[in-house]
Amino acid sequence: MGVEGIGARVVRKEDRRFITGQGRYVDDVKMVGMSYAHFIRSPHAHAKVKGIDSAEAMKMPGVIAVLTGQQIVDDKVGNLICGWAITSKDGSPMKMGAWPAMAPETVRFVGQAVAVVIAETKNQARDAAEAVVVNYEELPAVPDIKAAIKPGAAQLHPEAPGNIVYDWHLGDEAAVKDAFSKAANVVTLDLTNNRLVPNAMEPRAAIAHYDQAEEHYTLYTTSQNPHVARLVLSAFYNIAPEHKLRVIAPDVGGGFGSKIYIYPEEMVALWASKKVGRPVKWTGDRSEAFLTDAHGRDHVSKAELAFDKDNKILGLRVKTHANFGAYMSLFSSAVPTYLYATLLSGQYVIPAIYAEVIGVYTNTTPVDAYRGAGRPEASYLIERMMETAARQLKVDPTELRKKNFITQFPYQTPVIMAYDIGDFHASIDAAMKAIDYAGFPARKAKAKADGKLRGIGISCYIEACGIAPSKAVGSLGAGVGLWESAEIRVNPVGTIEVLTGSHSHGQGHETTFCQIIAERLGVPISQVSIVHGDTDKVQFGMGTYGSRSLAVGGTAIVKAMEKVEAKAKKIAAHALEASESDIVIENGEFKVTGTDKSIALPMVALAAYTAHNLPEGMEPGLKETAFYDPTNFTFPAGAYICELEVDPGTGKTSFVNFVAADDFGRLINPMIVEGQVHGGLAQGIGQALLEGVVYDGTGQLVTASFMDYSMPRADDLPSFQLSHTTTLCPGNPLGVKGCGEAGAIGASAAVINAITDAIGNNKLEMPATPDRVWHAIHG
Amino acid sequence: MYETNYHRASSVADAAATFAKGAESKFLAGGQTLLPVMKQRLAAPTDVIDLSKVQEMIGIEVSGDTVTIKGATPHYDVAQSDAVQKAIPALANLASMIGDPAVRYRGTIGGSLANNDPAADYPAALLALGATVKTNKRSITAEDFFKGLFTTALEDGEIITAVSFPVPAKAGYAKFPNPASRFALTGVFVARTKAGDVRVAATGASQSGVMRVAPIEQALKANWAASALDSVTIPASGLLADIHGSADYRANLVKVMGQRAVTAAG
Amino acid sequence: MSTVKLTVNGKAVSVDVEDRTLLVHLLRENLNLTGTHVGCDTSQCGACVVHVDGRAVKSCTMLAGQAAGCNVTTIEGLAKGDELHPMQAAFRDNHGLQCGYCTPGMIMSAVDIVHRHGGKLDEETVRHELEGNICRCTGYHNIVKAVLDAAGRMKVAQAAE
Ligand SMILES: Cc1cc2nc3c(=O)[nH]c(=O)nc-3n(C[C@H](O)[C@H](O)[C@H](O)COP(=O)(O)OP(=O)(O)OC[C@H]3O[C@@H](n4cnc5c(N)ncnc54)[C@H](O)[C@@H]3O)c2cc1C
Ligand code: FES
Ligand code: FES
Repeated sequence: MGVEGIGARVVRKEDRRFITGQGRYVDDVKMVGMSYAHFIRSPHAHAKVKGIDSAEAMKMPGVIAVLTGQQIVDDKVGNLICGWAITSKDGSPMKMGAWPAMAPETVRFVGQAVAVVIAETKNQARDAAEAVVVNYEELPAVPDIKAAIKPGAAQLHPEAPGNIVYDWHLGDEAAVKDAFSKAANVVTLDLTNNRLVPNAMEPRAAIAHYDQAEEHYTLYTTSQNPHVARLVLSAFYNIAPEHKLRVIAPDVGGGFGSKIYIYPEEMVALWASKKVGRPVKWTGDRSEAFLTDAHGRDHVSKAELAFDKDNKILGLRVKTHANFGAYMSLFSSAVPTYLYATLLSGQYVIPAIYAEVIGVYTNTTPVDAYRGAGRPEASYLIERMMETAARQLKVDPTELRKKNFITQFPYQTPVIMAYDIGDFHASIDAAMKAIDYAGFPARKAKAKADGKLRGIGISCYIEACGIAPSKAVGSLGAGVGLWESAEIRVNPVGTIEVLTGSHSHGQGHETTFCQIIAERLGVPISQVSIVHGDTDKVQFGMGTYGSRSLAVGGTAIVKAMEKVEAKAKKIAAHALEASESDIVIENGEFKVTGTDKSIALPMVALAAYTAHNLPEGMEPGLKETAFYDPTNFTFPAGAYICELEVDPGTGKTSFVNFVAADDFGRLINPMIVEGQVHGGLAQGIGQALLEGVVYDGTGQLVTASFMDYSMPRADDLPSFQLSHTTTLCPGNPLGVKGCGEAGAIGASAAVINAITDAIGNNKLEMPATPDRVWHAIHG
Repeated sequence: MYETNYHRASSVADAAATFAKGAESKFLAGGQTLLPVMKQRLAAPTDVIDLSKVQEMIGIEVSGDTVTIKGATPHYDVAQSDAVQKAIPALANLASMIGDPAVRYRGTIGGSLANNDPAADYPAALLALGATVKTNKRSITAEDFFKGLFTTALEDGEIITAVSFPVPAKAGYAKFPNPASRFALTGVFVARTKAGDVRVAATGASQSGVMRVAPIEQALKANWAASALDSVTIPASGLLADIHGSADYRANLVKVMGQRAVTAAG
Repeated sequence: MSTVKLTVNGKAVSVDVEDRTLLVHLLRENLNLTGTHVGCDTSQCGACVVHVDGRAVKSCTMLAGQAAGCNVTTIEGLAKGDELHPMQAAFRDNHGLQCGYCTPGMIMSAVDIVHRHGGKLDEETVRHELEGNICRCTGYHNIVKAVLDAAGRMKVAQAAE
């Protein structure tokens, strides 16, 4: 590895602008003649919109327009789509209710937009919004799964009787029944996977501009995937034709899934910019984020695990109800199905698995993929089951896991996934060593003497990342392909631009992707720049989510590089009068092996562009493109062990140690990888201890600000002890698996397993707040 | 935020006079409560009168057995004050636990008391220490000052100019923060006066705001020790219940924080 | 409307704003100093922290008028020309930022923490003192490392002066 090549802890190139206040986020952008949008949102969870009177508002200072849901329908703007079709057990397609960008007739969750005010200033727009009179007729609301599926419950959408979106299944029901009939022991558990608010620190924002002369639209938006936004805005929402729409996602302040989706606000801003003939800016505030950013998780499950007399797993049966909120968000349907049930085998040999998933509408904010998306829910379920089983079977939880680990690869699970490679023993052993697992009983005894309840909890997660082989996801109902593109431009002076369809909103692509180039060419990363986030610059791409940027986007870069190198070698060979096969690339030079003859990259590049002396028949220029479609998912896996203490007086949990042993395949920049793990762990721990959405019985969001929704703060978390065990991913040339979601997937079970170990009973749901833990202890 | 008129007062008298002129005036001190409320458009004062630069309202004085904290003194200054740390360390400690550093730089004792949030910290100290609130019109004992959730004895336009605390023999404060807001889910302030009386106040717990805790006072009067509270039970009736803590949990916290406050007091 | 005169990053400025204008909006909208961010509307996240007369405060919880006559330093004014402030350098070197959104407020708060505690900082103190700054990306691990690292660097820098 070079100092800036693969494996080097290179400090990030992008940091300088961020630490000096020069980052450029959407709200930082100003346009000449910009106007401001403020949305009028439903205060009711379920109501008919009887009328909207904007006469008074139109008279207020600075008001340019008040636009309503009916106008958006009249202009034939398309309803929001869900891009993954799921088929129910009975063969029927999922039942989608219509979701217009602003509600013309019925509102179905608190915060749903019914109208928008456009004004000269932000304050004027908000002032005028209060003068718009919306007449609602309230309807009964169903704020949770239980209420929604009750016979006689209020119905959200006529298309979805019983508020059921789908009733889907995966696996072999008969085989599982058979397995349970032979079981020596059965472990059962009811689990809730709590609903979360993603809360990227930058609130969503959009600026739309319609250029009348060019009939061209520009949209700045806080997006993880600007190309998908453009595709959806043009192909499905009919707002602007694709070739007349430029979508720019500049610096984006975190996403975690919530900025994948194309939300009503950017649709409306774009549509309104043409209507009012002015650039329109909308910047959400945190309160709007709580109400309208797609929430995550929200499963209620019953799980049963069958063991034989030797404590080998025979089968797993799972029934899950997944709350989708009031509408089906862009990828929501796939989350509790193909991103969840397919991972229920965890790290274990489970001969038979059967999972049923019932998707439910409720009068709440729509739910979609949030960091980990389905895989945290699967991992939490199986890892709590394993810990519970170990206690019930009276065996050490690490022993029970080891006994059931998959050790032969590739391994075909009964739930679609074929794990390519892994070494689960290596990661659990590393984690056990790091935390001194053997010494735990003594530490527990000592803590007890000090009046503290100490516990240890394990979680061995596996995830499917590098999303995803297009053909495979297509056959499962996906509406898009999930390949990635890259274009490499070597400029005449030898500097390099890498255009990628991935998008960085904190992940450090501007550094990691440069390291791949530096590794191959031996040029300093200062010579390389990464271009992303602008549909005018990068032709197409699928964006960043599902830990896919490196495994899929990075591989596309490698594929494009291979083409660039092949051509450059031809040019070099021609210039050096050598055979192409004798050319090697070292430290930015093309050398003839075994000689001292060489030519530097800038000279090769210059030759390519001057084209004075190129090999016969070669086109000038040095620029190549690749589209890479993965052949399989990648399977990052690892073992997390958490040791903590519970204060029996208050129920408060404090960490003693948290160790993570991950297998991400090859690490391009270990410093960045560790950062991703830290952030993921914080979100997983946040879910376990602090975060949880609460709606009241009428569908009002109780946890609607940081005053009531507990965000992990610095003093809630420990420093983490990380290590890596490595099996290289055979599916891509870099050998990488992805690291962005692991922490969020694996951490929560480790924490809850540790607390239930500490308090000696299993009656605990997430978030394990001090109040809940205290009640679990004291009844 | 709704449009408003901002005035910077130069003295207490100036502040009172400017207040009287506005249609719907409000004093602004640290702004750490009023501004968030105004940002959410839950308050719409026509005029805000800034007290934070009124020099006669800033500062800390210790004379004899009394610590006086002037009305617009920020939490940070109280927490850092050598004089307070020496005379009533529990009070400095309490101030150091309010909000976060940025809040403590700007938030003031007068603002906190005037607001009387049921989960605020200062009210527990005032009630347990038997402090007196000084306004531009009168002196009000802590007992008379707090009137329930977000209500006080202050009249419209009345300004808290200072709070005086009698120096106790011993005092301690223990706070269990709300995991989200970091206000007190329950905070208990225990004090033993120089005359030997014991006063205990809890914040964050009761449906009617800061309260004295008689069972703990009795137990501590008999025996000033954390263990004296082992057998005390706090009734859950009348206590707050929300998503962060049920009433019985808060009742437990009153006791446990009471014990920890006694330990802190020494 | 009022005219607010103040000093920002060493420069005297005079701005006409509505009285309801918050300091953060004066900085972002009127002075184009967009490094100071807004992450919440309940004064809790700390993305907006700047120094006013040397104290780290939330610029979203201060009226522009309250800052009249004050000396304000924002993230843009922290480096000396091209030379990064030791806290900025420590954030970069320790990978104390990911998306960068919380970073300006984090750095401004962190500088204040070191000023108050000098070299006597330990991990627990840093974590406690960062209570008012929320980061969703980093899990704080590397932020804490950066602050401790910078505390050392600032001590050395101070000793050298
Ligand atoms: C993030 C955050 C966390 C916090 N955490 C805590 C906490 O843990 N514990 C806690 O106790 N508090 C907490 N607070 C509140 C904080 O202590 C405030 O400073 C305090 O409640 C109000 O003081 P202020 O000076 O900011 O008053 P302002 O917000 O300026 O005013 C509050 C009210 O008091 C009135 N007022 C102000 N000064 C006077 C006066 N001298 N005389 C008469 N009326 C006056 C105002 O008109 C207004 O109605 C927190 C605040 C924030 C933003
Ligand atoms: S913007 Fe969140 S505290 Fe200021
Ligand atoms: S770096 Fe993204 S919020 Fe802190």
